[in-house]
Amino acid sequence: MSGGLYNLHKSNVDTTLDLDAIKPYGDTMNDGKVQTSFTLPVPNDERGQEAAKLLAKKMGLNEPSVALAQALDQNFTFYIVYGECTHTVNYNKIKVATVENDVMSMEETNEFIKEHFGRKLVVLGASTGTDAHTVGIDAIMNRKGFAGHYGLERYEMIEALNMGSQVPNEEFIKKAKELKADVMLVSQTVTQKDVHIQNLTELIELMEAENMRDKVILCCGGARITHELAKELGYDAGFGTGKFAEDVISFAVTEMVKRNMK
Amino acid sequence: MSKLNLDQNLITEARAHAKNIALDTQNFIDKHTTVTVERTVCRLLGIDGVNSLENPLPNVVVDHLVEKNILSGGAAYYIGNACVNLSLNPQQIAEGIDRGEIDLSTLPRKSINDVKNAIKPFVDKTMQRIDSNVEARKNYLDKFGDKSGPYLYIIVATGNIYEDIVQAKAAAKQGADIIAVIRTTGQSLLDYVPYGATTEGFGGTYATQENFRLMRKALDEVGEEQGRYIRLCNYCSGLCMPEIAAMGALERLDVMLNDALYGILFRDINMKRTMIDQFFSRVINGYAGVIINTGEDNYLTTADAVAEAHTVLASQFLNEQFALLAGLPETQMGLGHAFEIDPAVKNGFLMELAQAQMAREIFPNAPLKYMPPTKHMTGNIFRGHIQDALFNMVTIMTNQKLHLLGMMTEALHTPFMSDRALAIENAQYVFNTMADLGEEINFKEGGFIQSRAHEVLAKTTKLLGEIEKNSLFTSLSIGVFADIKRPIDGGKGLNGVVEKEEIYFNPFVERMLEGKR
Repeated sequence: MSGGLYNLHKSNVDTTLDLDAIKPYGDTMNDGKVQTSFTLPVPNDERGQEAAKLLAKKMGLNEPSVALAQALDQNFTFYIVYGECTHTVNYNKIKVATVENDVMSMEETNEFIKEHFGRKLVVLGASTGTDAHTVGIDAIMNRKGFAGHYGLERYEMIEALNMGSQVPNEEFIKKAKELKADVMLVSQTVTQKDVHIQNLTELIELMEAENMRDKVILCCGGARITHELAKELGYDAGFGTGKFAEDVISFAVTEMVKRNMK
Repeated sequence: MSKLNLDQNLITEARAHAKNIALDTQNFIDKHTTVTVERTVCRLLGIDGVNSLENPLPNVVVDHLVEKNILSGGAAYYIGNACVNLSLNPQQIAEGIDRGEIDLSTLPRKSINDVKNAIKPFVDKTMQRIDSNVEARKNYLDKFGDKSGPYLYIIVATGNIYEDIVQAKAAAKQGADIIAVIRTTGQSLLDYVPYGATTEGFGGTYATQENFRLMRKALDEVGEEQGRYIRLCNYCSGLCMPEIAAMGALERLDVMLNDALYGILFRDINMKRTMIDQFFSRVINGYAGVIINTGEDNYLTTADAVAEAHTVLASQFLNEQFALLAGLPETQMGLGHAFEIDPAVKNGFLMELAQAQMAREIFPNAPLKYMPPTKHMTGNIFRGHIQDALFNMVTIMTNQKLHLLGMMTEALHTPFMSDRALAIENAQYVFNTMADLGEEINFKEGGFIQSRAHEVLAKTTKLLGEIEKNSLFTSLSIGVFADIKRPIDGGKGLNGVVEKEEIYFNPFVERMLEGKR
C-alpha cells in the first residue's frame, strides 16, 4: 500500500507562488498534492492496484500512491489514491461569467421595488420536470429561507409562489401567465444523465413559442447550475450552491430596471 | 423502562385523539372506492398484461366500468357477473372487453351470492399465492435467522432494473439488509402501473411487477449465498397505492413505503382519493406481512426539524391508528422520522436523541424507520460522512430498526457503488463500537433531553386535539403538516373517486381482514 504517513520524498519543487501556473497545494507551495477516489471493475489484487496507479498517472498524477484498495464486490475494487498533479493552470488568464451586481438586503430590496415599480413583484418558483427535490427552490422561496437567509415569501414587496416539485414546464408557464409573473425561478437539484439540461432547454423553447421569454426575468439554480451554463441555455442568470434569496432577487430587480420593465 | 419519564396520560390522550380522527375518516373511506382500488381488485383476480396500445388490462377494465358509469358497483361484482354469464375467467373477460366484445353493463345481473361463488376460485388462488409468499419468507427467516440490530437499508436507483440488480447484489454482500429500488421520478403521478422489465428511468426505476420479480429472484440468490434473508422494498405512494401493494404481495416484497398523508402533502394528490387508496393498500400490506414505512421524515425536509418536531409525532400517531384499522399489526409499522436538525443548532444532537427515544418509547413494538440527514447535506462530503455517523449513533442508542443509510454524497448524485460501501462501513463501525451504549445510559431527570421530549409530546397532544375538533380533511386544508396546505377538493385524482352502491363488495378486503377488524 502507501509508503507510510510521512512523505520522506525530497522533491525539488520551486515553492514560489506563480499565478500564471498554479497547481494544487497539499502542505507546500506547488507540491501538487491531490487525493482522488474511484472504483474499478476488477478484483482486489496487485494487478488491480497497478491499474489504479496507471490510471492516476494518466490523470496527470505523478508518483501515485494507492492509500486504500478495498473490495466492494468480487469484481469491483475501491481505491483512494494520492499523487502529485503535473498540470498547471494560468489563473491570471481566467475569465468567468458571474452574476455581477450588488447584493441588496431584504429591506433594501423592498425599498428598491417601491421606488422603481411602486407595486409588488410576482415571483414564481418551481422544481420542474422530473426533479422531485424541493430543497433548492424552498431555500430561495420559503419564508424561513436557508442558513439564516430569509426566503422571498418574507419580502413585503414580493408576491412569491412556490409550486413545489415535479412541475411540468407547461404548467409552470400556464401559472406564470395566470399570475403575470415578473420573475420565474427554476430549480434543478438532483438529476440523472443530464436530464436537467434537456428540461431547462425545453422550458426556454416553450416560452419562446408562447412569446413570453422577454417579458419575464428567468433564472435557474441548483447544485449543477453555473451562470455560464444558464446564459448558454438562454436564461438571464444561473445560481449555484451558496447563493441565497437575496442574491437571486437583487439580480432580478436590477435586471428589470435595466430592461425598463415596469 | 422509560428513560424520558414521559407523561403516560398525555400519550393515552394523544392516542385517543388519533383514534377518533382515524375512525371519523374511516367512516368516509368505507363508503367510497376509487379507480385504483378497482384496478387492484382486477389484478388480484388475475387480470394482467397490456393491450396493443400498452394500456394495462386492469386499466382497460376499470376505464370500461367508468365509461359505462358502473364503477360504483365495483369490479368484483361486474367481473364475477360476467364469469357467471359467460363462463370465462377474469383474464378472458378483460381481453374480451379490450376487443370490444364484452359490455359488462348489459349482461343480465345475477345475485350477489352467485357472483361471489363464481369468483371465489380466483380469489382463493390469489390468497393462496400470497399465503405461500408469507410462508416462503418465514421459511427463509427460520433457516437463516433474522438480524437482531438495525436493518441496514440502502437504495438503488439506476433506472435500469438489470443494473439495479448488480448494485443490489454488491450492496447485499457488503452487508445491506434491505434493498429499496427507488422509483423513477414522476411515477407516483401516473394513474396506471407500467408493465414489464424496464431499463429507462430518471432518478430511479419503474415499479412494475416484472421488475419486482426480477429483483426478488436476485436477492433470494444473493441471500442464499450470504446465508441471510435480504428484504426488498418499494413504494406504494402515489395514485396507484393499492395496485403496487398488490404487486408487492404477489412478488414477496418485504417493506413498502405507505404513508396515509404523504401523497396529499408531497404529491398534491387529492386527500379523499389518498385516504381511500391507503386503506386498501395497507390491508394488503398487512395481510402479506409487509412492513410499511411511513413518511414523516419528509415533513422535515420542508418544515423546520426543531419547530415542527411535534407534527412528526402527531403523524406517527395517525399512521398508527390508520394502520390498525387496516388490520396491520404494530410489528409491521415502520413509523418514520429523520435526523434533519441543522448541524449549526446548539445541542441539536440532543434533540435528535430525544425525538428518537420518544418514538421508541411511545411505539415500543414498531420497527421504527429512521432517515438520514438530507436537507443539511451540503456537498462537503467529509462533513457529510460525520453527520451520517452521528445519525448512526442515534439509531444504535435508541434501537431504531429500519435504518436508511446516509450517503456522504447526498444532494450531489445518485450513490456510487463506493458511496454505498462507505456508508455501510460507517454504520457497521458505529453499531459495533457502540452496540450496548443505549443500555448503559439514562437521561438526566429534568435535563435537556427529557424536557425536549416532554415539550414535543405536549405540543403533539394539543395538535391532535385540534385536528380531532376540525376533522382531518379540514386540518390538511389549513396546512397543519409540513407547512403545506391542500384544498379538500383540489389535487390530482379526485375524479377517480366514487361512492359505493349497495351491490358493492371487495372480496379481498373481506378475506384479508377476516377476524381482524
